[in-house]
Amino acid sequence: MSQPTIPLFDREVQPPYLAPGYKSTVLRAPTQPLVVIPHSLSERTGPVFGAANVGPLDHDLTKNSMKNGEPLGERIVVHGRVLDETGRPVPHTLIEIWQANAAGRYVHKVDQHDAPLDPNFLGTGRVLTDAEGRYKFYTIKPGAYPWSNHYNAWRPNHIHFSLFGPNITTRLVTQMYFPGDPLLDHDPVFLSLPPKGRSLLICRFDMAVTEPHFALGYQFDFVLRGSGSTPFETV
Amino acid sequence: MRQTPSQTVGPYFAYGLTPEQYLYDFKSLVGNRLVDPLAGPEAVLIYGRVFDGQGQPVSDALIELWDAANRRFGRFGTGTDPDCRFLFHTVKPGSVDGQAPHLSVIVFMRGQLIHSYTRLYFPEETDANAADPVLNAVPEHRRQTLIARRTPAGYEFDIYMQGERETVFFEI
Ligand SMILES: [Fe+2]
Repeated sequence: MSQPTIPLFDREVQPPYLAPGYKSTVLRAPTQPLVVIPHSLSERTGPVFGAANVGPLDHDLTKNSMKNGEPLGERIVVHGRVLDETGRPVPHTLIEIWQANAAGRYVHKVDQHDAPLDPNFLGTGRVLTDAEGRYKFYTIKPGAYPWSNHYNAWRPNHIHFSLFGPNITTRLVTQMYFPGDPLLDHDPVFLSLPPKGRSLLICRFDMAVTEPHFALGYQFDFVLRGSGSTPFETV
Repeated sequence: MRQTPSQTVGPYFAYGLTPEQYLYDFKSLVGNRLVDPLAGPEAVLIYGRVFDGQGQPVSDALIELWDAANRRFGRFGTGTDPDCRFLFHTVKPGSVDGQAPHLSVIVFMRGQLIHSYTRLYFPEETDANAADPVLNAVPEHRRQTLIARRTPAGYEFDIYMQGERETVFFEI
């Protein structure tokens, strides 16, 4: 047992639990202060995933659910690195991906948005970082979609991500947004972030990875809590 | 470098994070069987519900369970059980680092911009619980929220986001 050595959540960039503009936080945000606990092996360990967990087409959402043709929409390639707070790469860590299709529709029973499903696009995938913490995946640029938070509410284009990192303290679920999206100024989920955190969730258009006659490139780095000196445990 | 900020898991995580549980055509990475439920007498069922501030069970929460003693991980959404329950097949873990036996629990849902960490302890471990450094870091009147209830089916662990019985959540 030891006092926390892994940096806590950085409240200058992380969202609060309660953000009344995002209405469903009101009944779901804890109201009591969090209890800071000493770190034990329970916190310094976490699940480990490897190549066996990732299928050959998992990193290509444009192909992993093809039924009778190519999915519709703008093909994109997203790449970047997973780093810790000291800038050290986080190798061989899992990234899970899910998103709406080009029309802004999720393949989900409770998504009632009146926009077409795409028989050739499921919108989910996963990728592992390499030894230098790099990742790359192919997908279709997700469309904006309406939601019921307030009158005429629309979510900006975004891709959902889930990352593990080396232990349960580095767990991260987030959303990546696109540069220049006018809906960002109206989205209470994005605006729940303190101003210093907002630009950290917007990817960068990247001509260098844009593939001629094929896909537009975007670059996005993830920074997980902690430092490389964290005593990592593996399963 | 600045941490990447968290955002909500949203209402549509099921086909990405728990596809097989929700019958989507994509392979799940993990499910709710940390062990085979028929593995033997040690297999136990851990189950419960998540309640919002009005006492309504939450049907779109994602619960993750980490058993550090056995290095096992599970994941289950509350959207497939008619009563919004999560269910895990596992074993009661042994002690790690001299602590009372416990499971680490991570809670995600729409309406949570950042996930919540809690722990599940076992009611019969009276002495170990009394000496546990984490339980002792919790105000005494709130410790009970971390202790599961023994039932004929296994252990029941309800999570209250708000209210009189609000579960203790940790900054870890
Ligand atoms: Fe979304």
